[in-house]
Amino acid sequence: MMAPLFSSKLLIVLLFGTLFGLILGVLPGLGPTTGGALILPFTMTLDPLSAIVLLTSIYCAGTYGGAITAVLINTPGTPAAAATCLDGYPLAQKGEAGRALGMATVSSTVGGIFSVIVLVFFAPVLAKLAYEFGQPEYFALAIFGLTMLASIGEGSPIKNLIAGAFGILISTIGKDFMTSIDRFTYGINELSVGIGFIPVVVGLFAISEMLTQSTLLDQVFKRVALKAVKLPSLNDYKKTWKTILRSSGIGSFIGVLPAEGGTVASLIGYSEAKRFSKEPEEFGKGSIEGIAGAEAANNAATGGAMVPTLALGIPGSATTAVILTGLIIHGVRPGPDLFREQPDFLYGIFGAMLIANVLFFIFGFFGAKLFARITLVPNKILWPMIFAVSVCGTYSLSQSIIDVWIMLFFGVLGFFMRRFGFSVVPVIIGLILGELVEGTLRQSLVIFDGNWLMFLTRPIALTFFILSLIALAFPLLRTKKQKD
Amino acid sequence: MNNVQNKKRANKSLPFFFKDEFKVFFVIIFFSTILLISTFTFDKVPPILNRGIQPATFPKGLLVLIMFLTTIIYYLSFKNPWKKEKKLPKPFFLTILSFILFVIISKTLDFFLAISVLSIFVSYNWGEKRVFYLLLVGIIFPLVVFIFFEMILGLRFPPGIITNLYYY
Repeated sequence: MMAPLFSSKLLIVLLFGTLFGLILGVLPGLGPTTGGALILPFTMTLDPLSAIVLLTSIYCAGTYGGAITAVLINTPGTPAAAATCLDGYPLAQKGEAGRALGMATVSSTVGGIFSVIVLVFFAPVLAKLAYEFGQPEYFALAIFGLTMLASIGEGSPIKNLIAGAFGILISTIGKDFMTSIDRFTYGINELSVGIGFIPVVVGLFAISEMLTQSTLLDQVFKRVALKAVKLPSLNDYKKTWKTILRSSGIGSFIGVLPAEGGTVASLIGYSEAKRFSKEPEEFGKGSIEGIAGAEAANNAATGGAMVPTLALGIPGSATTAVILTGLIIHGVRPGPDLFREQPDFLYGIFGAMLIANVLFFIFGFFGAKLFARITLVPNKILWPMIFAVSVCGTYSLSQSIIDVWIMLFFGVLGFFMRRFGFSVVPVIIGLILGELVEGTLRQSLVIFDGNWLMFLTRPIALTFFILSLIALAFPLLRTKKQKD
Repeated sequence: MNNVQNKKRANKSLPFFFKDEFKVFFVIIFFSTILLISTFTFDKVPPILNRGIQPATFPKGLLVLIMFLTTIIYYLSFKNPWKKEKKLPKPFFLTILSFILFVIISKTLDFFLAISVLSIFVSYNWGEKRVFYLLLVGIIFPLVVFIFFEMILGLRFPPGIITNLYYY
């Protein structure tokens, strides 16, 4: 499994990706999704395996990096670390920042490695199943993926659905791939090739965050001093090993579902840790189990989210949507054929994720203090710099100034979407699934001679439709239960 | 708890067209309607060549779905009003203004100059008054990024008054 990684070039890429991912994770507002999108143009100079290794190591390390700021300044570096704040910061305030970060580092590493094992065993099985899939099944699967966003994603389910539909709508801009008829181009030549993924992602994540930061300039962070990261004591391990394993399982499972993997996984991991704990009253006051539950789950979601991405070409999270774009840009088509034709490539990715988890353990353990200092860079210096990289990165992919303007447009749109409670993640997932949804629908209708009811005669498709209905009904039932 | 109730009450006392719920509903429905109308102008595939659905059908379906779901969230907001958002501060509007300046300068003068102007403008308005740091974010860093992209990715930036000096 590791054989393809034993080259100095790949190891350097892995080291760089892990360090870069940690820095991204530490900086509130940035994260592996934005960072992955920003670095995507640079991957064009790399071979496909190095490019994907770079992106996946950023993903793994970035997810962990969020915990450092969550513990030290009570601000999650990434949304997935939000649950870590609940106990990480109170524990740090008690003078045990090193212990809190030690537990976060250990549980993140265990969760991450656990999920890579799940990925290694589960992805090929899912890919084999996908051989049974025709166009109608892929259509039903894509619909299931989108309805899952509504079901377990953050925020209002209906708003998530609107955002997902909007993402699919963006994918219809340009020449229709079946008939070459222009749609929503309004005579603008640049739009006939459609709207690229990178301008939308960079706009929705980086630029909208820049606007958000412009509204938070008076915010003051209270930093907790950190002497050194400490490995958890034997007593801590005894207290948390079950929680870490449980959260690793929960995170891997949530990650496989096409939704906001890490964030949802950490919240569920945290609440389950509290439910099973002998000291639930300690949660929110600096419980070591709370940190373990949240961190193991959000890092376990990374491997889980790679399962549908590699096996089916359906992204399991926003960051895996960026990785999927990276695969496509480099001419690698995810799906069952990838497992048959390029096993070395896949094992390279699995191995890279495994090593990235070990690397961020080492960097996190010895360098957390240093990484925490990155947050001292003031926003008034940091964000103009990020803007310069965003603009050049977006321009570089198709050397089009229109792409830069599209990025700005989506930046402003993303800001207002977030302000009014619309998550931007479904837009990204919708955009990347859009062509699949429309293409498979139209091809299915050709196969079925225009008869929509024929979808119901396909057992796998029917199963996905039923699951979609359950996914749509779930938030309603959950709301009703909460009211009761 | 009291705060939330006060916020909700504050939002409830406004006329309906000032409320966030209505503004969001109106904007989505307005633009969806315009887009929906424009789908009727898409070319059609002649019946003899048509396989499956027309190119306009799928976007039409999506737009109708978006309008339907938007109506539902607006209806639900009568029962559960959204919390009133804080007023946007001055730096936000200045940042938006800097984006507009960026578009104008990159279109008419120079891409690099546009990045420089925006970086200095944003940094200054966000509170940075030290000249060295303004030069760092406005000139030194964009120059490093510019040269990095040009040399590593072989990127050619669009012509302009400053970029031309570099290329010629």
